[in-house]
Amino acid sequence: MAIGLRRSYGDSCLNSGGALIDMRGLDRFIAFDAESGILRAEAGVSFSEILRLVAPKGWFPPTTPGTRFVTLGGALANDVHGKNHHGAGSIGRHVRAFGLLRSDRGRLTVTPQNDPALFASTVGGLGLTGVIEWVELQLVKIGGAYLDVETVPYDSLDAFWSLAEESVQRFEHTVAWIDCTSRGAKRGRGIFSRANWIADGVYDIHDDRTWKRIPLEAPGFALNRLTVGAFNNVYHRLNSAKAGTSRQHYAAFFYPLDAMLDWNRLYGRRGMLQYQCVIPRGNERDAIGALLDVITASGQASFLAVLKTFGDLPSPGLLSFSRAGATLALDFPYRGEVTLNLMAQLDAIVSEAGGALYPAKDGRMTRELFRRSFPRWEQVVRDAALSSDFWRRVAE
Amino acid sequence: MNGQGERIVILGAASAIAEATARLWAARGARLVLVGRDATRLEAIAADLMTRGAAQVIAWRLDCATADARPQLDQIVEKLGGLDILLLAYGLLGDQAELEREPSAVTKLIQTNFTSAVAWCLAAAAILEKQRAGALLVIGSVAGDRGRRSNFIYGATKGGLARLVEGIAHKLAPLGARAVVIKAGFVDTPMTAGFTKKGLLWAGPEKVAATIVAAGEKGGPVVYAPWFWRPIMLIIRHLPTIIFNKLNI
Repeated sequence: MAIGLRRSYGDSCLNSGGALIDMRGLDRFIAFDAESGILRAEAGVSFSEILRLVAPKGWFPPTTPGTRFVTLGGALANDVHGKNHHGAGSIGRHVRAFGLLRSDRGRLTVTPQNDPALFASTVGGLGLTGVIEWVELQLVKIGGAYLDVETVPYDSLDAFWSLAEESVQRFEHTVAWIDCTSRGAKRGRGIFSRANWIADGVYDIHDDRTWKRIPLEAPGFALNRLTVGAFNNVYHRLNSAKAGTSRQHYAAFFYPLDAMLDWNRLYGRRGMLQYQCVIPRGNERDAIGALLDVITASGQASFLAVLKTFGDLPSPGLLSFSRAGATLALDFPYRGEVTLNLMAQLDAIVSEAGGALYPAKDGRMTRELFRRSFPRWEQVVRDAALSSDFWRRVAE
Repeated sequence: MNGQGERIVILGAASAIAEATARLWAARGARLVLVGRDATRLEAIAADLMTRGAAQVIAWRLDCATADARPQLDQIVEKLGGLDILLLAYGLLGDQAELEREPSAVTKLIQTNFTSAVAWCLAAAAILEKQRAGALLVIGSVAGDRGRRSNFIYGATKGGLARLVEGIAHKLAPLGARAVVIKAGFVDTPMTAGFTKKGLLWAGPEKVAATIVAAGEKGGPVVYAPWFWRPIMLIIRHLPTIIFNKLNI
């Protein structure tokens, strides 16, 4: 199994008893046309490195996940999405071609036209269809490196849905942080953030150096119901006070957690589990409400919860996660059975609503839920030489 | 100096440290000649450097360890119309136990790391002397500072090379040209793939690359990369033998 910067949370880039191929050595650019915005680079190049090259020339990835420490190959293999999903869809829609090394067919150049089946298998295909050697991506033009960001505190889940509906027309990027510890009338309260690029011609690039690093693992009790509740309260108040518009650099807006290295250590030795689901259009209001009810009732607090609506643009991969509806991403400190039981309860709601879990974030979904999430999973044109713990767990 | 149009020759251009260094030079708009054995890899690196902003990149297929240095370098420099920087980055690490068993491996190591490198350094020095400008940069190793049981044959080649570069620097100094040996510590590259790379002493090739680029502008004749190896090696060089002999390093 080929692996990149290992930002997947679960076991999709583990291969117990087998070998892993570290792709970071393949980190060269192959070509970049500053006129057309077409970039071709080896699969191990990171988004951070791409941004350093293209942002000063007025280009940006067509969509970006919440960390710039992902590789191009990893972004393709997970068909990542970002805050602009309603306008851009997942990244696979912007991939013009990629190089794939297969154990049965050798070195291939795959485009959506020349091999639609292999293209659809590889986009979001979790690295199982061959080793992705390079990717050619269509970038988007930006008029500067800063965004005009509007921060809108809101008081209830209903308020979120109206804000989201109204915002997708006028804003290229939308996302909401949601307070999972609030109950009753305030259930689902949070901070809605929406932004557009500012075209002022200021192309400052980001800095990967940071003094902020979590030096060691926090004790396991550091993130508990009380501290997370308190954090959520403070966070809500601070951001409510900041309500209004501000000018933010792309690094601050898209990659806030990248400013703090090894942030996962906050969760202590037992770590955390991420739970990210998508609920299809039509069912999202009821299902997301139900998910929040189960979480507050459980008393297990999610430190960072993110809610975002997805647009209608279809994702090209057979195993692509993003689809029209809404996605909720939750972090839970891992507490063993209790956490797993809560997630099983969440699974029932997601499954009932016809939703899906995100393989990139998963370490525990059942075979049944995987198959329901990705009904076309058997059509994936796998490379028999490649496998992962994730695949053996959910598919074989 | 902003580096635009700087004429740079890299010997062993496919090495990890050389490639990381070339990326920094390329971003400043340098003109580069990449010398190495593997044409396919050189071409891939050349495309990358052009994308990063190099004004010109020429892939020059050659085995530096066996080539006739003087005429080759003259030819390369003629093509560039002068030489601002020559970086000598090729070398073998070798396996100490194998080297102690196998005389032919020792011959090859010395030929690669020392004999051929001397020829390239002298060829470059002659050009810099004539130009009265430019810099010769040679990647050395902290292993050359004091012979240690773990790698003294490799260390001997790098130590000898350092003496040579010091001498060239001394000779060039009155003329306005420079020579610098960059003594690298533990660097995480394919050359050290067999090591367990944990601990504060290990550095990425990017870190060493930044030191090399700085050495191309000023300083010398001896630079440590990263810098903290200077005090460490100062101590190691001056450890009394009675203590030194008890260390398993």
